[in-house]
Amino acid sequence: MPGALLETHALSRRFGGLQAVQDASIAVAADSITALIGPNGAGKSTLFNLIAGSLAPDSGRVVFGGRDITGAAPHAVAALGIGRTFQTTRLFAHMTVLENVMVGRHVRSKAGCIAGMLNLPSTWREERRIREHAAATLADLELGGHMHAVAGTLPFGVQRLVEFARALAAEPRLLLLDEPAAGLNLHETAALGRLIERIRSQGITVLVVEHDMSLVMDISERVIVLDQGRVLTAGTPLEVQKNPDVVRIYLGDDHA
Amino acid sequence: MDPALLLDPALLWKFCLAGLAVGSIYAIVAIGFNIIYNTTGIINFAQGEFVVLGAMTAISLAGHMPLAAAVALAVLATMLAGALIEIVFIRWLKDASVLRLVIITIGVSILMREGMLHAWDEKMHALPHFSGTETSSIAILGASCPPQYLWVFGTLAVIVAGLSLFFKLTVTGRAMRACAANRTAARLCGINAKAMVTLSFMLSAGIGALAGCVTSPITQTQYDMGAPLAIKGFTVAIVGGLGNSVAAVGAGLLVGVLESLSVMIGCSTYQDGVAVAILMAILVCKPSGLFGSAEAAALKEF
Amino acid sequence: MGPRRYIPVLALAALVAAVERAVALGGAGYYLTQLIMAAYYCLVAAGLCLLMGHAGQISLGHAGFFALGGYTSAALTTHNLLAHAAEPWARFLASCGLLAEWQNVYGVKVLSVAPWAAFAAAVALAAAVAFAIGVPIIRLRGHYLAMATLGFGVIIYRIAAGTDALGRSDGIAEVPPFALGAGLAVGGAAALRVFNYYVAWGLVVLGALVIVNLTGSRVGRALASIHGNEAAANALGVDTARCKVQAFVASAVFAAVAGSFLTHYNGSIGPSEASVMKSVRYVAIVAAGGMANLWGVLLTGAALNFLSLRGVFDTYDDAVFGAILIAVMLFAPRGLLGMPQLRALRGFVGRRLHAGRAA
Repeated sequence: MPGALLETHALSRRFGGLQAVQDASIAVAADSITALIGPNGAGKSTLFNLIAGSLAPDSGRVVFGGRDITGAAPHAVAALGIGRTFQTTRLFAHMTVLENVMVGRHVRSKAGCIAGMLNLPSTWREERRIREHAAATLADLELGGHMHAVAGTLPFGVQRLVEFARALAAEPRLLLLDEPAAGLNLHETAALGRLIERIRSQGITVLVVEHDMSLVMDISERVIVLDQGRVLTAGTPLEVQKNPDVVRIYLGDDHA
Repeated sequence: MDPALLLDPALLWKFCLAGLAVGSIYAIVAIGFNIIYNTTGIINFAQGEFVVLGAMTAISLAGHMPLAAAVALAVLATMLAGALIEIVFIRWLKDASVLRLVIITIGVSILMREGMLHAWDEKMHALPHFSGTETSSIAILGASCPPQYLWVFGTLAVIVAGLSLFFKLTVTGRAMRACAANRTAARLCGINAKAMVTLSFMLSAGIGALAGCVTSPITQTQYDMGAPLAIKGFTVAIVGGLGNSVAAVGAGLLVGVLESLSVMIGCSTYQDGVAVAILMAILVCKPSGLFGSAEAAALKEF
Repeated sequence: MGPRRYIPVLALAALVAAVERAVALGGAGYYLTQLIMAAYYCLVAAGLCLLMGHAGQISLGHAGFFALGGYTSAALTTHNLLAHAAEPWARFLASCGLLAEWQNVYGVKVLSVAPWAAFAAAVALAAAVAFAIGVPIIRLRGHYLAMATLGFGVIIYRIAAGTDALGRSDGIAEVPPFALGAGLAVGGAAALRVFNYYVAWGLVVLGALVIVNLTGSRVGRALASIHGNEAAANALGVDTARCKVQAFVASAVFAAVAGSFLTHYNGSIGPSEASVMKSVRYVAIVAAGGMANLWGVLLTGAALNFLSLRGVFDTYDDAVFGAILIAVMLFAPRGLLGMPQLRALRGFVGRRLHAGRAA
């Protein structure tokens, strides 16, 4: 697909007797919001982990920005500009919100172990820039008031936003969101949709796994449907909604 | 150092036999590790102290009663100590981190060792040989060795057979296996998971004590022998794949023989070095163990 | 954080000076000897605090790194090269200033590696060994890492206790003082006791400063994030393996520096310094001090080592450390200073400070 920021080519991964992902080839256009949907166990999270480097594929390739990143370690993938959030929020619970987001600046800063021990002038200048950028990111998401709170003590919805801020602080080119609306109420979900659109408008491509169909249909330009590890179909939200195969896997054969 | 000694088959067999005897003990210690690990996910660093406690108790009792009664009482007493340790130090901790549990069992091992130093002394002690005397010997395939070797091999065989029957056939044994597979599910099925954990400490203390008694006539017993035994037992458990007691027998005999052969060619200066080197090599190359499958290992926390 | 984080470092420095003054005024100068030794053990604990408290990785082999530092210094500074003095390599080393000539207590002339060169070699060796074993084992977790580091400690102990060149069970004695110029030296001479006190505790303050710097830096934050959630840290671009190895090497260097200096101070080292029990003691001190709480670790370390070295615990020395380990882990897993009662107090003070800052 021309203009694709991320492509996977015939990606496969097996866990023991379970073929979690099989021959999955997907493409995510630059500056788009693409949704990855499918019933439970369709292999969405596995596909995410294969892209992010948390899992190595048995076969197939992952190409990001024209570069083959198959089998690269998660930290290397992150350094190339792929950020992610997790299905269950994984904040550094004992650190403050600001510190959490400052870790997000890791790939955009470079002071090493020895520089840190000596706290050279260049080190503390960089540290000040990290702090300022993190604070600005938090302010941008209207989280400035929670800046000095210990992350683990915050309400669930706020924690999820902090995780967003942490991922955004790295200024990724592609953001992988794993079920961002899970556990949020209607109001929060609507706000999330607006946030995702705003992130895209800043030039960040978004690939989102989501169960909330109304959110998916609202925000995404393209929807990819996975079923039993394979790509069932892909298209605009409208095309996918009308596809009889998609109706069948979600509602059962009777409705086809 | 004379590797040429390895070419003398009679001598080689003699050293192998000694290695098998020592290896049997390592295997029993490793099985003790596995029992507790399987039900709790804890490595009990005080495992070696159970062996010493059992032997020391039997040695003290042997002066007042027949040997068999002394050994039986010592095993019972050590089982009681095992249960006590679990109840006092482990049972009531909720969601304790591995780091915390590791440190607690290390503390327990130190207290037990120091306790034994003050209860007995720093001297070497030994139980009398179970049959015959120190000088009697029997021949196994041409190599003469003390009859106590047969007791050691026999004990290992009885423990392995007994445990596998226990885990397969008895209700309690099955309940312990259920706890090992999934503690929450087992509890939902009405199994008293806490009792199973206590029982696992008792069992592994008991077999440790038994091992201590049968080897005492050969290796003698000293208050601080627990730590090296624990390291070797852990090596064996890791070589066999943590949690796998049948593999631990093979691994124990292997480590015992390798250690004995290293003594034979004169590397005794660095006594524990062989076992620890094996441990490090396995940890680095294949932490799932020689006989462990990578699939199952993926589910464990290394 | 800013400059406020240096306040405890200054407080520590002030406390060090105050203790020395108090001891001098009280006429109890002989206490300094144990305080000096305690300082070096504190330095090991400080490094371990970085590894265990901040990076969340256990090591049961840090006595091994201490011994590595101590034995390297001892072996290099006592090995007499006089017989080789005329050989080109010895002349080359001498011309680089790497060799020193001195007389031992028997009046024998000794030509050996200079203490500072031996010290550099000791630290470099410890760092290299820590890196070599750290890379493969640091990816292990929990019990596996504990046992692997324990295994390393046992190997070092066996080497120390079984090698003729290292004096086997006798260790190495007659280690010369570490001359620092102007008549000052790290050594056991009574006249230099106060100086040595300040050298030892100066190193601890310096070590604390380095740790405070590191934990407030990018790498320190990365370490804390690994401790919090390794997968998330990894996904944010933190090379978790690299960071953990760096922390491991740094803590090994702390131990080796302490080992080298204490060996010069004592004039000898024996295999007991490498024993597993020593490693467990360091862990006990870090646990009792509150893992990541450097100040708690230093205070506990100073107190326990001082009492232990004074012989207060008698034959129950090891038992005391074992009991402390258990008690702290059972009742105060955040360390003695992290107990609920004390935490409430600290929270109160913290809030007052915070309110004061906000106002």
